[in-house]
Formats: sequence, C-alpha cells, structure tokens
Amino acid sequence: MIRAEALTKSFQRTRVLDALDLAVEDGERVALVGANGAGKTTLIRCLLGEYTYEGRLAVGGREPRGARTEVLRRTGFVPQLPPPLRMPVGGLLAFAAAVCGERTGPMEAVATRLGLDARALWKRPFGKLSGGQKQKLLIAIALGRACDLLVLDEPAANLDPQARRAFFALLAERPHATMLISSHRIDEVAQLVSRVIELDRGKVVLDDRVAGTAALDAVLRCRVELVQPSPAAAGALASWGFAASGDGRVFEGAIAGPDRLRFLGAIARYAGQLRVLALEEERRS
Amino acid sequence: MVDDALESRLAAGAAAAEAPRRHGALRQLWMVARLDIGESLRARWFSVYALLFGGIVALLFVFGLTESRILGFMGLSRLLVTYIQLCMAILPIFVLVTTVRSVAGDREAGVFEYLLSLPVGLGAWFWGRMLGRFAVVYLPALFAMGAAAAWAAFQQIEVPWAMFGLYAALLAALSACFLGLAMGISAVARSVDVAQGAAFALWLVLILFLDLILLGVLIQEHVPAETVVGIALANPLQVFRTAALMLFDPDLVLLGPAAFVLFDAFGKTGYLVYAIAYPTGLGAAVAAFGWWRFRRGDLP
Repeated sequence: MIRAEALTKSFQRTRVLDALDLAVEDGERVALVGANGAGKTTLIRCLLGEYTYEGRLAVGGREPRGARTEVLRRTGFVPQLPPPLRMPVGGLLAFAAAVCGERTGPMEAVATRLGLDARALWKRPFGKLSGGQKQKLLIAIALGRACDLLVLDEPAANLDPQARRAFFALLAERPHATMLISSHRIDEVAQLVSRVIELDRGKVVLDDRVAGTAALDAVLRCRVELVQPSPAAAGALASWGFAASGDGRVFEGAIAGPDRLRFLGAIARYAGQLRVLALEEERRS
Repeated sequence: MVDDALESRLAAGAAAAEAPRRHGALRQLWMVARLDIGESLRARWFSVYALLFGGIVALLFVFGLTESRILGFMGLSRLLVTYIQLCMAILPIFVLVTTVRSVAGDREAGVFEYLLSLPVGLGAWFWGRMLGRFAVVYLPALFAMGAAAAWAAFQQIEVPWAMFGLYAALLAALSACFLGLAMGISAVARSVDVAQGAAFALWLVLILFLDLILLGVLIQEHVPAETVVGIALANPLQVFRTAALMLFDPDLVLLGPAAFVLFDAFGKTGYLVYAIAYPTGLGAAVAAFGWWRFRRGDLP
C-alpha cells in the first residue's frame, strides 16, 4: 500500500525526513511513533500529497502529489488537532461528502455509533463543539466513506472510554484496510496495531511486529473491588462507565480490548485500595 | 461483510472518478466558493465590512438630504462620485488585509491540512476560494450602490444608469485586482504576519504613487510627462481614480495637461476600457502566479 524510498523532506536547512525507506503492505495496522519533531506529521503530510519531497513515494502505486485526488479518494484522515472551522457541522459533513462523491448518511451513522448526534448539532459551528465532539465528527468523516487507507493522527486522544470502544469496533469492521496510526506514546496505540515503526530525526529507528495483538473489537468484562469506599476511585471508574454496587466498594463494567493497557494505567494509581481486579474477555458468538 | 461493502463503494468511487473531470472540477470549484462565502459571512470582518459600506451610503444620503433642504437635491451623481472615492480608499486595504489574513491564517491554523486531505482538486480549491471571496468583497459594495439607486428611484429621482453601470464595472475591476494581489501574496508568504506586512506595504506604495508622489517627482526631477503618466497608468488605484473622475468630468479638466497624454494614447472610451481591463488583468496575472506557486509548493 505504501512504498517510500529515500524519502527526504527539508525545511530550509533542517532535514525532517532523512532518506527514509518504508514499506507497508495492504491490510497492515502500523503505529507510527516517535518524539515531537521525529518526522511523523511530515511523513503523513507527504502521504496526503500536501508536501513536496525528494525521493520516491507511492500510495497504492500512485504518487501522492501527482495523483493527489486519486490517492485521497481512498484515504481517510483524522488530524491530531481539529481545524478551526466556523462552518456548521452540517456544512462540513455536506462538503466532505460531496468532494468524496459520497452521502452524509454513512458519516452520520458512524457519528451516532461514536455517541454523537450529528443531526442535533447540524447548525452548530464546528468550532463551538467540544474537543471530543470535534474528534468524533472527524472520525465519522474518515470512517463514513469508502477508503482502504486510514491515516489517523492521535485519533482517540480526546475520546471517552465508550466512544473509544465504538471507535475500535469501527476499525475492526475494516480488516483489510491499511492503517497508519500516529502517536507520540506507544502505550496509546500498541493494542491497535500489528506493527510499530518508530521515527527519530526523520529515520526509521525501530520496525517491529507486535505479538499478542488483541482483537480490535474485543470487550473485557471487568470487576473491581475496593478495600474501602473511595470517592476518587469511584469517580475514575465512573468515567470508564463502571456501575457501583453493594456499599460502594464493588464496581462492574466493560472496557474495549485495545484499551486494557490504558485502563490498567488509570486504575494503577488506586492500586493500594484494590482488593479484587478481574478482567475477562467476553465470548463472541 | 462491512469490508466487502466498502470495497464495492471504493470501486464505485473509482468509477465516479472516471466521469467527466471537467464537470467534477467545476462542481468542486463551486463547492469551494460556497464554502469560502459561508466562512466569510460568519467572520467578524465581514460584518464590519458590510456595515461600513452600508453606513457610508446611509451617511451620504443623510448629508445629501440635508443639503437638499437648502439647495434642492442634486441628484444621485454626486452621491455616487463621493461613494466611489471612498471605495477607493477603503476597498483595496480591506480586500488585501482580510484576504491574506484569511488565506494565510487558514494555512497556519491547520485548515488547509485538513480540508486538503479531502479529495478536492487544487485548482478548485485555489480558484474557488478566489471566486467566493470576490463575491464576498464585491457584492456588499455593489449592494450599497444598488440601495442608493433603489432609494433614488423610490424618491422619483433620476438614476444615471450608465454611470451606475460603469461604476459597478470599475468596482468589480478594483475588487478583482486587489483580490488577485492578495491571493498572490498569500501563496508566497508563509505566515500571517509576513502576508499582512506585505499587503500593507503594497497598499502604501500604491497610495504613495498617487498624485502626491507623482507631482513631487514631476516637479523636482523634471521627468517627462509620459513617464509620470506611465507610472500612473501602472498603478491600479490611479487608473481607477482617473476613470471615476472621468465619469463626472469627461474632459478631465481637474487632471490638467496629463489628460491630453491620456486621451492621445487611449481616447475617452479606450481609457474606460483600459481602466476596467488593466486592473482585472493585473489581478488575474498575480493570482495566476500565486496559483503556480501554490501548486508547486507545500500546501499547509
């Protein structure tokens, strides 16, 4: 799907991509990680045909700048920071759908699954939405249309646990789509991908396969029992959609499989108050 | 299953891409123009801009009506002359600054990064934005003038339609000229600050090369009149100003001997044609240069 040979991009005297070689096969789910300034965003912008470059780059056999619209027609993109658009939600959906030759219906359906009622917000300016709502809408635009390459820049950073679970399920429905998921934290994306590529100063410094990747649509039933009631721990668990039972010491809920590391990180700060922590993968029919 | 459905939609999309491209490009051009119009209408600068032109016409009417109590209403011509002079002062700087702020600002803020990740053609994006912006900057000025004409017609005052039409064409040429210059600057400048600075400097140079500097040069350096007139003819603001003068002073008596040089070179009708064609052509040429730079460079 993606082939880069000696891909180089410089801004004035700064070389941001340094003769980068990369091959991503169809259907691979790749995490693109690295510190700020490693070249992740620059690589993404080259793939989207937004930057000129030296060397060779092909997406689906086409050169992204020369065959820009053809490449972008098959590419869904979610940016890290939502653009400061004044247009209403309906206007943005209509524009995106029209230029992609699609209808807004599938995008609205994806938004609904993420917990966003796009129709109710149809006339609200995009810029007035919360960070999470903006992210859901941009994901809906990317996933609500036909594309076989998804370029996602910190896509789930602003999502609540329920929306994250829906997002992972949506990704799982595209087993043949190639995904490039950028993040500066490996733990954010490790469970989503089958391969990790780390960039540093514009070069690939690590290219590794991920063992034991959880299914994207896996769901873990979880039971937490505290030594004694704790409002702080209860609040944290409530934010993950857990329901309390008993005398406020027992909590039950479900988390998305790819979120297990994130969940364990969130619950770790209450480790001293844990009596029981049980995780069990739900059986699929 | 869902993936199969996606594959068939991808195939349908690819088939749609084979549909006549010219039709698709025009449709995208129109969509981008509408997008830009919508974004502009929601911006504060547009409210100020529209209020300014509406306010100018309202004020001119107030003064015109006050004057009419003493001397009798002088007709619409005088109002239009005053209006067009004010337009020359306001419209260029407004178009330059708001356009470069909007285009360079959008690039800096990440709007280009996102919207240009959608399969919209670069030509449709650049020229569509220019088309939309032209509508946004020109129509308020035209509507304000139209409102004046409508009010005059309602008051049963004769409307000089020929003059109205020529002013409308001159305003369109001036708008197109400064819009083209602004798009060119926006394509070259990599930040809002640089774009704004360049736009302001350009406006200042053009203002300085109106009569003030030209007369100084003429008097102090004994430069041939043809050269000075040539400089004036290269300045779209001066071209507009002279053509606007010509509509109520057909022999350009106010301009002095320079009028002879003009009329020898163009003739009266020829000069009016030049006054519309030159600024439009200059704007189009600079915009085309901007398009060339935009297409070849980094987009966000």
